[in-house]
Amino acid sequence: MDLPQATVNGETRSLSGAAPPTTALDWLRGLGLTGAKEGCAEGECGACSVLLARPGVDSPTEWTAVNACLLPAAALSGQEVVTAEGLGDPDALHPVQQEMAQRGGSQCGYCTPGFVCSMAAEYYRAGRCADGEFDLHALSGNLCRCTGYRPIVEAAQALGAPPAGDHLSLRTTAPPPSATATRLPGYLRPADLAEALAALAEPGAVPLAGSTDLGVEANLRGSRPELLVAIDHLDELRTLSIGSDVIEVGAALSLTEIERRLAGAVPLLEDALPQFASRLIRNGATIGGNLGTASPIGDLPPALLALDASVVLVSAAGERTVPLVDYFTGYRETVLAEGELIARVRIPLPLAPVTAFHKIAKRRFDDISSVAVAFALEITDGVVARAGIGLGGVAATPIRATAAEAALVGQPWTAEVVAAAAEVLASTGTPIDDHRASADYRRATLGTSLEKLFAEVGAS
Amino acid sequence: MSRLSERPVPADVGVARPHESAGLHVTGRALYTDDVAARTPGVLHAHPVCAPHAHALVTRLDPKPAYDVDGVVRVLTADDVPGVNDAGTKHDEPLFPGEVMFHGHAVAWVLGETLEAARIGAAAVEVDYEPLPAILTVVEAIEQESFQGAQPRMERGDVATGFAAATHAFEGEIDFAGQEHFYLETHASLAHIDDDGQVFVQCSTQHPTETQDIVAHVLGLASHQVTVQCLRMGGGFGGKEMQPHGFAAVAALGARLTGRPVRVRLTRQQDMTMSGKRHGFHATWRVGFDDDGLLQALEATLTSDGGWSLDLSEPVLSRALCHIDNAYWIPHFRVDGRVARTHKTSQTAFRGFGGPQGMLVIEDVLGRCAPLLGIDPVELRRRNFYVEGQATPYGQPVRHAERLTRAWDQVVTTGDVVERRAEIALANAADPDRKRGLAITPVKFGISFNFTSFNQAGALVHVYKDGSVLINHGGTEMGQGLHTKMLQVAATALGLPIERVRLAPTRTDKVPNTSATAASSGADLNGAAVKDACDQILARLLPVREQLGPTAMWDDVVRTAYFDRIQLWAAGFYKTEGLFWDGRAMRGEPFKYFAYGVAAAEVSVDRFTGAYEVDRVDIVHDVGDSLSPLVDIGQIEGGFLQGVGWLTLEDLRWDTSDGPGRGRLATQAASTYKLPSLSEMPADLRVALLERATEDGAVYGSKAVGEPPLMLAFAVREALRDAVAAFRPAGESVELASPATPEAVFWAIRGGRG
Repeated sequence: MDLPQATVNGETRSLSGAAPPTTALDWLRGLGLTGAKEGCAEGECGACSVLLARPGVDSPTEWTAVNACLLPAAALSGQEVVTAEGLGDPDALHPVQQEMAQRGGSQCGYCTPGFVCSMAAEYYRAGRCADGEFDLHALSGNLCRCTGYRPIVEAAQALGAPPAGDHLSLRTTAPPPSATATRLPGYLRPADLAEALAALAEPGAVPLAGSTDLGVEANLRGSRPELLVAIDHLDELRTLSIGSDVIEVGAALSLTEIERRLAGAVPLLEDALPQFASRLIRNGATIGGNLGTASPIGDLPPALLALDASVVLVSAAGERTVPLVDYFTGYRETVLAEGELIARVRIPLPLAPVTAFHKIAKRRFDDISSVAVAFALEITDGVVARAGIGLGGVAATPIRATAAEAALVGQPWTAEVVAAAAEVLASTGTPIDDHRASADYRRATLGTSLEKLFAEVGAS
Repeated sequence: MSRLSERPVPADVGVARPHESAGLHVTGRALYTDDVAARTPGVLHAHPVCAPHAHALVTRLDPKPAYDVDGVVRVLTADDVPGVNDAGTKHDEPLFPGEVMFHGHAVAWVLGETLEAARIGAAAVEVDYEPLPAILTVVEAIEQESFQGAQPRMERGDVATGFAAATHAFEGEIDFAGQEHFYLETHASLAHIDDDGQVFVQCSTQHPTETQDIVAHVLGLASHQVTVQCLRMGGGFGGKEMQPHGFAAVAALGARLTGRPVRVRLTRQQDMTMSGKRHGFHATWRVGFDDDGLLQALEATLTSDGGWSLDLSEPVLSRALCHIDNAYWIPHFRVDGRVARTHKTSQTAFRGFGGPQGMLVIEDVLGRCAPLLGIDPVELRRRNFYVEGQATPYGQPVRHAERLTRAWDQVVTTGDVVERRAEIALANAADPDRKRGLAITPVKFGISFNFTSFNQAGALVHVYKDGSVLINHGGTEMGQGLHTKMLQVAATALGLPIERVRLAPTRTDKVPNTSATAASSGADLNGAAVKDACDQILARLLPVREQLGPTAMWDDVVRTAYFDRIQLWAAGFYKTEGLFWDGRAMRGEPFKYFAYGVAAAEVSVDRFTGAYEVDRVDIVHDVGDSLSPLVDIGQIEGGFLQGVGWLTLEDLRWDTSDGPGRGRLATQAASTYKLPSLSEMPADLRVALLERATEDGAVYGSKAVGEPPLMLAFAVREALRDAVAAFRPAGESVELASPATPEAVFWAIRGGRG
């Protein structure tokens, strides 16, 4: 293996000495690149946003904004990073910087370099350049406490296409950097799946994909795993196939990649994914990670439960397939054995045609669910033929609302039936009082979520 | 018109300019305190040892095990303090406490070669505690009569007479939440000692002079041995007015004991756990109206949640009492105030400084009483406005009261309020699941520090031989655009292009004895001081100008003046005239003027979840003649959304159970404490500056803008009440919790307390 290094704003920098728990943010700041800031250390504020050259969907490479506070510096090995300093300087502002500066997009300026990077990622996205619309979700992971956002939004919407010859734009047309095998104390990026599985079989080893969860554990709770084994680059975990009877999604695909590569093939996920944290988080977070961490308030499990999904698990011994409903065994516990990884998620076809994802939270974007309810119903000739209802936030694990499903299946889709099923739904699980919501509110909104669905779909 | 407010033609003030540091902000070049630390070789990192109890005695503290941790250099405890062990000015907040007063209170600090070493070292320090009972809510404090500081009463007329004249009387109470500042830059200080023992502290502080005072008294030094510099802050909002001092003192103490630079930078969790917030309040009230809905009498008791020490709780309470009238004439008035002592962070200044809390009470009263009186809330508010000639309950004439009605009428007209309300009524009748609401609320906010002595400022203006100009002033830059305005003031005063003027960071060895950059007064005070210095220089240059003739260029005038041995720099000074405040009687004229504003907000609310969206907001706000329109509009929009956050979203929750976590802040991270993101921005936001608004007696006719716009957000809270009412039977009073989270709105729709 070569000595680990990264390209930062076009310059090669050594990563020796950047072993965990050093974050990408601290490492960059140690280089004197203090544009990226720590605002929260848990991927909520985006002040640490930087650009990484990643495999793209609409172009071979995409400039992808990520939270540098969550990412171990070691994960930058072989990668290309651009920070706000690399986009422009005060005498030669980048178009994004120009719009932000002249429109009053910065007041205290502390969140600004992060906003600039998130905005630049969308600025360079090939899909945006084609349709010219700036997707404001690109900024959903950045918080500003000063401006009230209006000038920031106007800056984003004023952006034209990158000028011809823009070197960062040109970079997107060339292949992405490869994920070089890397070993640093406490960090391993294996060459292939076999090496990953062997390493993960050792005690104290933990799989690392987008680091959006492990990064929080490290920063806020002082978690210091003996060995982080990077798996996000492994080809076997990055497949996506849409067959005739099943859709398979690789566990190490980021949620952004899934959203864009599915392109609406699973409407329930298309509904749920934009409500999942923020674009900054979705650029790192993987579907395997969200199932692996097995939080009862994760947003994907309710959707996948409603879709009757299964997970394909892989270990040195081979593969096995487990229905998701059997996968969760307790609070943040699963059937995953030591050294076993989630390889793919299987969603059976045909999909139920009536779907909705209701996320109850304090804030509309970039929040954690108090309650999440996913519906996947098939209504034939006015009668509910199939019902999948997945719930988050009402028990120690994500659960299926089997009693409420039973109250619907075989019944006519009417206000009376819905009201009765809503009552059953409202008594599902064992919700708790906490700082996000009261147990009473969680129960009540479980019930009203079905009523809301009925109001939206209408009687048949 | 006063000379101070006279604006020359042409003038740089009034030009819409981006923030003076915008180019540095967007490129990541702007340096904040901790960026300087990242460039400082050999810097030590500090980590607190935080107590796991809300209230306890420290019975043993043994730092020795920390020294076994690799990289730990020094543990700081009370024994190390050479001067006064006090992080404040009132001797009620020991820097290293023997009695823990809130969950997370730092009892010692550990310095390490790395932050990781300091963190592990802090965990290794052995501390024994004897837990004591803790008071966590204002209601508990009232029950146990746990109060601190003065208990002022503000009184006018005779409430008994007022209630006798009232044909309708109502009473009620409300308990509403505080707010976390959540400046994006957490508290940060970097201290070092030079060869002569001089202490130099880089600090993210709104009040460098007071930081200097505290560092000096903790170290047992005189003020001239301590210099505090503030380059800029990543947001302040009042949270860095009094709270940075202790952290700066820890850095300075560490630097003094180790001889090395020491960095204190709090993580977000530490910052939220350890630093003070906006005061939550509890209020009981009784109000009387006549048949026309005119206010006759108000009787109320406001109890603020001060937390464990006094900090700024007394002046915050005074300002609450001075603003409970908001824009309304209340002939008979008696309001009592008191500060609860609870085992929580010591609550502190936050944009509005008690004003918002006072105003919340009267706006809540009017919002709740309007349906009981059978009067449209829009009409009820408008009808009770002050008119010229009336005075506030504390005796200050409400000058320019007509601006209130002018702004109100403009919002009603340009906001198509009448037409939209009719349309909303139709839409609501047709949709059982989603209701829209619209409300208009006014703001009248007093400008100046209540405490008269603070209304002074200094500046230092240097003209160099080559004609370039450097200005220093006592105010700090936290994003509000003060430095931008000061550059514009200097350029205007000297008649120079703004490129000829530069501004140097705020330092206590340049301009001493400064007031906090607070109370929205930064531009008023420092602007007048900068202008005074410029005027002095111009006066000295006058003979040279006369000698060289009217066409002489600035550079020639300056060069000639230098050779004529004319002093080319000046120290400027300003004090606000005409202020008077008797804090005991709660009477006087504490404010130079009032800033006015009006907002109309439209919201829509979902019956199934209580979730809502702010669909449209129209604002007309009075900034006098704007010094810097882009900056001022930014302050209005940003302040407004911060107010929306306080009133609807931001939900501080402490563990009030009897379990082992009692007193712990449950929302101590960005993942659990939600402030407005892009998704909370109104879909349609229209801001206009009130025209014909020259403020005589303020610098270039301008008005302060930092705090008042926050209170425009009451329009959103009242619009939510209006939408909830549309779900409820007509004529019913709607109670709404604050913050009005989706959950609170959901319960209000169902007829609960919310």
